[in-house]
Formats: sequence, structure tokens, C-alpha cells
Amino acid sequence: MSEAVLERVHEDVHKTQPWNNPDAVPYIRFENVTKKFGDFYAVDDVSLDIYRHELFALLGGSGCGKTTLLRMLAGFEEPTSGKIYIDGVDMAGVPAYERPTNMMFQSYALFPHMSVEQNVAFGLVQDGVSRSEIKELVAEMLGLVQMSKFAKRKPHQLSGGQRQRVALARSLIKRPKVLLLDEPLGALDKKLREQTQFELVNIQEKVGTTFVMVTHDQEEAMTMASRIAVMNEGVINQTGTPFELYEYPNSRYTANFLGQVNLIEGLLVDDDEKYAVIKSDEAGCEIYIDHAVQGHEGMTFWVALRPERLRITKEAPKETKYNCVSGKVEEIGYLGGISTYHVRLESGKRIKVTEPNSTRQIEPRYTWEDTVWVSWEAGAASVLNK
Amino acid sequence: MSSDKQEGSLTLKQRFDRWMIKHGRVLVVGIPYFWLFLFFLVPFLIVLKISFSVAEYAQPPYTPLFEWIDEGITVTLNFGNYLFLLSDSLYVTAYLNSIRIAAISTVITLLIGYPMAYGIARAQGSMRSVLLMLVILPFWTSFLIRVYAWIGILDREGLINAFLMWTGIISEPLIMRQTEFAVYVGIVYTYLPFMILPLYSTLEKMDVSLVEAALDLGCKPWQAFAKITLPLSMPGILAGSLLVFIPAVGEFVIPELLGGPNTLMIGRTLWNEFFANRDWPIASSVAIAMLLFLVVPIMWFQHIQTKQEEGQQ
Repeated sequence: MSEAVLERVHEDVHKTQPWNNPDAVPYIRFENVTKKFGDFYAVDDVSLDIYRHELFALLGGSGCGKTTLLRMLAGFEEPTSGKIYIDGVDMAGVPAYERPTNMMFQSYALFPHMSVEQNVAFGLVQDGVSRSEIKELVAEMLGLVQMSKFAKRKPHQLSGGQRQRVALARSLIKRPKVLLLDEPLGALDKKLREQTQFELVNIQEKVGTTFVMVTHDQEEAMTMASRIAVMNEGVINQTGTPFELYEYPNSRYTANFLGQVNLIEGLLVDDDEKYAVIKSDEAGCEIYIDHAVQGHEGMTFWVALRPERLRITKEAPKETKYNCVSGKVEEIGYLGGISTYHVRLESGKRIKVTEPNSTRQIEPRYTWEDTVWVSWEAGAASVLNK
Repeated sequence: MSSDKQEGSLTLKQRFDRWMIKHGRVLVVGIPYFWLFLFFLVPFLIVLKISFSVAEYAQPPYTPLFEWIDEGITVTLNFGNYLFLLSDSLYVTAYLNSIRIAAISTVITLLIGYPMAYGIARAQGSMRSVLLMLVILPFWTSFLIRVYAWIGILDREGLINAFLMWTGIISEPLIMRQTEFAVYVGIVYTYLPFMILPLYSTLEKMDVSLVEAALDLGCKPWQAFAKITLPLSMPGILAGSLLVFIPAVGEFVIPELLGGPNTLMIGRTLWNEFFANRDWPIASSVAIAMLLFLVVPIMWFQHIQTKQEEGQQ
């Protein structure tokens, strides 16, 4: 990935996005934060800036340290070393009950012996807010999450989606500076999850609170977040907008984690200022890249190709010197809107291609064991060195 | 014919299995009920019967309840025993004393048992089973021997006095045995596991994130305990308290061995009536009256429990 390409992306978004503005002051700041449990590094020297009004997602598999990071922000865990600032205030030694954060728990953690109303009012009662004011605020908040009708119910009388709304209302009612969401939609089924994603974003825009969210679901993170930090083994792999992460991953891990990708290993054989060529035995062809690659000739690189950027044809393309491989169709997945093909190359490498079914077909275009050609534009590939 | 043939072709094992599927449930429930009927309800009815008769110098030492007179059964019910229990202040005092001692012991057991149960429930996985094992461990020794051991500890020349005299903190031995204090020590010590186990099982099931949520919403740790942990562990508190209170009311061995002559408890009174006075009818009515005292809290407890379970669903 060249600097020039990144800059082009940045230019478009520079003004609206504080993380690209060198003068913007971060609202939440992790400074070399490490958390050890025994000998295990749950979070390893993480530095991260989150800006006001962001909906920031910490994305990663289980055990990657994302939840620990969130819990340190909430005050349930103290960092082993490093500092955490919220709105400029050092959070070291500040107990959870004095932090300007509220958390929405993965299990929702609704108090089972209290009604919806009492659950939502809990934080205000704790702060000694007057009864009339509590009543007003609770009614308003229940209206926001569309739960007014269920105010008198107990949590066990609610469905999963309703509990999620109550949990959200309860954590928002104290107007925290930062709302922490631990797998906020994890307990919902797929349909409800998709619907709730947008609702959550709308509510975030309405209340203007900074949201920090933990999720293992890349689709959820992509749909909702302004920026995502991809975590692995206690370290942040890459931080960026969904667009940046998908189009310009910095590593095989990120490329693999967000969406689907074909990774082709090869050696750099020609590196120019304007282009580069990578020779891949795995693909059995030379790959032409339309930008310079930072490295020396003979170095190993991985070319990341998204399945939807690949073309699949029965006849060989006119130009077969670069970016073109042939193989046999091994598997076909017809998903209605798109079809996916697994093509086995001569080297044994499998390439996944997806193709939109934009017109109605009388019969499938390709069938098993068909010999096909897979090709791509010079600009479709990302080159990764780790 | 065909069905007969089919039946006939079944092996003995298959027939048994089919029979078990049909009637197995009745069998599983029936056997323990039959056992309880035979060894619990029948003796209870015998005691109930005796409580309505009059003491006699005979074998058995009470008048029969049913008599054959003129080809018919005459039932002579004698409520005198129960009236006697009310009229003689000894019994009322013994009942009230038992309830008082049992209640105070229950509160002390709860105060000691709750932090222990909480500690065990929040301990690391492997440590947890070790701690639970330690709680149950005393049961491997006879209850009687353990109470005797307390005599050795609390006695005038016992371990505590010997130690305190040796260190010079006291010059005269403390009188601890044969006091109500010793009875409390005995009851609390003996029944502590019965408090810890149900408390542990409720606390262990409780979602830790509930307490975190309370902290997160502005509760100091003690407030989170008062508002969340305590109310949610109420079923455990109730179960544990009844498991301690009910047997403590009727406790005989502990007041007999550790208590003084003034520690009047209903269990001891009962024993005296049976074995010292040989007044079986009075003893039986004491037992029946005690049972009634205990049945009420048990029913109340079960009522609350079922209501709670319905609430959780």
C-alpha cells in the first residue's frame, strides 16, 4: 500500500473526522496500557485515542483483550502499567462508581428483583436526584428506547430485544461522558440484530454520547462504528474507519478478519516507482500491482484479493501475462443475490470468487469441474508484508 | 391373536423395559413415599395417639385410646395433656426459651455463615471445592464427639482457660461451660454448614455482573451489597435460617452437654418427661406441640419458595 493512495483517501474525509485532524484533542486516551493476569498479557502496551461523539468499536476474536480494555475504562480492572485518560482526567485509582462512564453489559445485568422502571431509575436514585425529576427522566428515556409500555414489568417478563433496550436506557440515563457496550447485540438473533444496529446508531446520534463498543462480529462493527480497532493477542493490529480497514488492511490478520479475502504468497521480482510485480508460484502467474511496494526484490509478500473484485470467465482473457490464473471449479454456492465459486489452481491453491447474479439465469453459468479463468484489475490487490 | 403373538415374541427384558416406561415414574416416587409413610407418618400417628391418653403405671404406661365396650369401639380422647402444657409455666417457658435461643443462634450463624459463603462463592474454581470440602469435613466425625470436644475447650480446666491463664490475661478461670453462651457456641458451631451450603448455592448462581452494574451506576461497594446482593440472596438466607432454626428449637444434646441446669429447652423437657417421669402422654403432647410450632414456619417457607420460583420463570 502506498502513501499516495492513503493520502488520497484521507483528503476526502479530513475535515469531518477528528482523528485525521492533528489539532483535535482525544476524549479518551490509552497510553501504553498493559494488563497482566498472572503471566498472561491480556492487553499488551496499547495506545489508543478515541474522540468525542465517536462510535468506536474494539474488534477481535475471543481472548484478544478487547473486553479487558473496556473493563479498564469502566474501572472494573486497573491497568498493570500505563495510563487511561477520560476527558483529560487521569483515571488511575478512580473507582467504577465515580467514573463518568456507564456500561451496557453483555448479559445486560438487569436487576431481576426490580421492574423496568426501577432498573432504569437505579443510577439516578443512587445519585439522590429528586423523585419528580427521576420520574420525568425515566419516562423520557423509556420513550427513547420505545419501552414505555413495559415500565412495570420485571426483566424475566421481557424478550431478549426488550431487555437490551432496558439495559441501554439504564446505562444512558445518567448521561455518561462515555457509554461502554460489551457485545451489545450478541444475545439477539440475526434479524433483530440488524434492526437494532441502526437503532443504536440513531440513538447515539440523538444523545451525542461517545460510544465505545466491544464486538467479535465484523459486520456489526462495520455497520455501526465510526472507527474500528482490530485487536489480536492483546495488541491493536490496526485502527481505522471501516473503509480504510477493508480497502487497505495492513496485515493478513486484519484482511482476514474483515470480510473474505484470498491471500496469495509471492516474491517481489520487480519494483519500480509506479508499479511492482510479484511472482507467485502459488498462483502460477505474475501479479502486477499499480503502485510501488516498500521492500526489496526477493522479499516475500502476500497479495490480498477480495472475492468480489475477481472476474471469472470461461474463455481466457486477452491479456494473460499478468493477474490471470486458471483452474477448475470445485465448489459452487448459490446464495440468490450472489454466487460463490471455489476455483482450484494447478498448485492446489483454492481461490474464492463471488459474482453478483445481476440478471436472471436460465441455468448456472458454471458447473463443477469446468475450467475457468480468474482475473483482476491491477488496482484490486493489496500487498501485505506481515 | 396377532397382538398375543407379538407380546409373546418379546423377550423378558423388553417386557420389563416397557413396563418400566409405563410405571417407572410411579415406582420412583412411590418407594420413598412408602418409606416415609412407614417410618415417619405411622410413628407420628402413634405419638399423636399417645398424646391423647392418660399416664398409667402399666405396660405400656398409658391408657388405651380405643376400647371394645359392648361390641363397639369407644374412643376416649383426653385433651388434658395439652391443657396441662398451657397451665404449667414450665412448658411455655421452655418453648419460648427454645425459640429465643434458636432465633439468636440462627442470627449469629447467619452473620458468620454469610461472609464465609460469599467468600467461597467468589473464590477461584479449584479453591472453591476445597473450601466447600472443609465446610463439610466436620460431618465425618460423630456429632456427639464434636460436642464433647467443646466441653474440653470450654471447661473450667479446658483449653481456653488454660491458655488464658498461661498467658496471664486472667487469673481466675472463666465460667463458660454450663452457660447459655456455651449452648450458643455449640449450636452455631454445629449448624454452620447448614447455613453456608444453601447460601453458597444462591450466591454462586448470582451473576457477578449485577454487582458490577450497580457499581457502574454509582453504588459504593457496600451499597451494591445492600441493594443487589442481599435481596437476591434472600432465598438462600431463608433456606439456611430455617435449616438452622428448626432443628435448633428441638435441640437436646447441645443444651444437655454444654448448657447449665438453667438452660431450659424443649428438647430437654421432652427427654425428662419420657425418661425421668415416664409420662409418655405428656411427652407425646410436648412433641406434637413442638411439631406444630415447626410446621407453621416450614409451610410458610415452602409457600414463599414456590412463589419465588413462579416469579423467576
